[in-house]
Amino acid sequence: MDRRKKTAIILIALAAAFVLLLFLELRWAQLWLLSPQEVWESLTGENRNYRIIVVDLNLTRVLFGMIVGAGLAVAGAVMQALFKNPMASPYTLGLSSGAALGAALGILFPLSFVPAIASVPILAFVFCLGTMFLVYSIARVGNQTHMETLLLAGIAVAALAQAAVSLLTYIAGESITEIVFWGMGSLTVSLPWVKIPIVLVLSAVGIFAMLYYAKDLNAMMLGDAHAMDLGIDVKKTRLALLIASSLVTAAAVCFVGTIGFVGLVIPHILRILLGPDNRLLLPMCVLTGGIYLVGCDYLAHLFAQSLGVMPIGIVTSLIGAPYFIYLLRRRKKEVGWV
Amino acid sequence: MSLDIRELFYNYDGKPVLKDVSFLVKEGEVLGILGPNGCGKTTLLGNLNRNLSPKGGCVFLDGKDLHGYRKKDIAKEIAVVPQDSRVGFSFTVREIVSMGRMPFQDAFQGDSSEDLRIIEDAMRKTNVLDMADRYVNTMSGGERQKVIIARAMAQTPKILLMDEPTLHLDISAQFDILDLVYSLSRSEGLTVVIVSHDLPMVARYCDRILMIHDHTIHALGRTEEVLTPENMRTVFGVDAELSVDPKSGRNTITMHGSATSRT
Repeated sequence: MDRRKKTAIILIALAAAFVLLLFLELRWAQLWLLSPQEVWESLTGENRNYRIIVVDLNLTRVLFGMIVGAGLAVAGAVMQALFKNPMASPYTLGLSSGAALGAALGILFPLSFVPAIASVPILAFVFCLGTMFLVYSIARVGNQTHMETLLLAGIAVAALAQAAVSLLTYIAGESITEIVFWGMGSLTVSLPWVKIPIVLVLSAVGIFAMLYYAKDLNAMMLGDAHAMDLGIDVKKTRLALLIASSLVTAAAVCFVGTIGFVGLVIPHILRILLGPDNRLLLPMCVLTGGIYLVGCDYLAHLFAQSLGVMPIGIVTSLIGAPYFIYLLRRRKKEVGWV
Repeated sequence: MSLDIRELFYNYDGKPVLKDVSFLVKEGEVLGILGPNGCGKTTLLGNLNRNLSPKGGCVFLDGKDLHGYRKKDIAKEIAVVPQDSRVGFSFTVREIVSMGRMPFQDAFQGDSSEDLRIIEDAMRKTNVLDMADRYVNTMSGGERQKVIIARAMAQTPKILLMDEPTLHLDISAQFDILDLVYSLSRSEGLTVVIVSHDLPMVARYCDRILMIHDHTIHALGRTEEVLTPENMRTVFGVDAELSVDPKSGRNTITMHGSATSRT
């Protein structure tokens, strides 16, 4: 089947999944389910009884899921292409943990020169970018980055960042429950209507930059020399894409915490189905990643109906980690370790 | 379009790789740059399209310093077939070839009908049209090399630079590739620069040869003038002779053996 047909089928499936998930998510009211009519009237404002549940809780979760899932998936796709490494993603290279550390610092020690709420994404971005360059410089040998060293560097730096977050939690005491939740992520966030526009704008800027360089990234997947021969300023493009990936990751992590493996699984599966052309792959990652995360959120609720909200990161890791192990096993065969 | 190289110097970490290299690549010729491994050939090639910047001296493309060009504009005139073209991703042949149009397009611009015509044309000329939808990561080295040449042709270049085009290829594929490039130079007036250490192949296909030894020019001129037994002994350490193969009417090299073992 050619790639155009597959794209069409995936788009139809995504549209159907989106409509279904939107309905399932919006009607969820912890101990019971709302009727379609109640959901609709809450959205239009006719029914005020369930407005908080439908709009301020459920709808904001869907919106966070869409934006965060889109951002993580597309950042993962770009990083996999950039490092020519199918196991690269914001989570596996430690960027998510770096961003979480920055966000935790932002909560505990807000910057004095910006509004309090802006400290979190700003510091998340700075720390995410720092983590990116730290991991990259540890793993780089000359002009090459090897798959194994890159992953190990990511794990090491992530461990450091996570320890720092734990230390902050320990110092701050129990009052900072928000930080604790980052371990596994949650789409239920305080002040959602303030935070959603922030995350949306930051993600949109980063994703636009990625799409802008999508074609150049195709050529860079063949190797830097190939890209230079085709007239691409490889250094500039790589820097722009690293910054864009960090921005999108920071936006995704700063309010909802570290949600693992979305950026690993989605681009990898889509690349198998649709091929490596980033002009198609990146927009498809945006759509699929968003809907995937909303689906994971629904599963999190389904499993934990009696226990309340289960951190969404548990679901994404239960799905993603086995996939990661599968990739590792395949890689082992490729390099001849077995 | 010509390339004028003047007093080129290049070094890596203070270690000289190219010293005082000056020569002219004439329009429509096939120029071979010949030298043993590690003599600076690939570095020289990198300087010709500004993948590397000379540490001294200049390269002029059509009379204008290469540094005055945008990288994209250089890629409109000069295409490269690099040494290693292994591809780890499942791009189709058509996708790879269409990358040749990138220097002519803006960020969000797709292939115009003119681009599509050029891409089709490049694939036909290089005999890869029938494998347009195959994945390059499943192909043999020779097939992949042809695809990269097709991409280079899709750049509609005036000058084609090739780095060890016959390395890792089966003998028959080596002839295929160089026959193809040679015929393009005759039919389209394409200027070709081939970097190689493959004496017989360069002798067979090149109009002129630049021989590099000890990081600088050892000899430059017509193939018969450069591939003398003395030059081949000094530069390659072989006892060899250039002659005309009676069957093909092309230059060929007979190697008698290592120069040291026979003296």
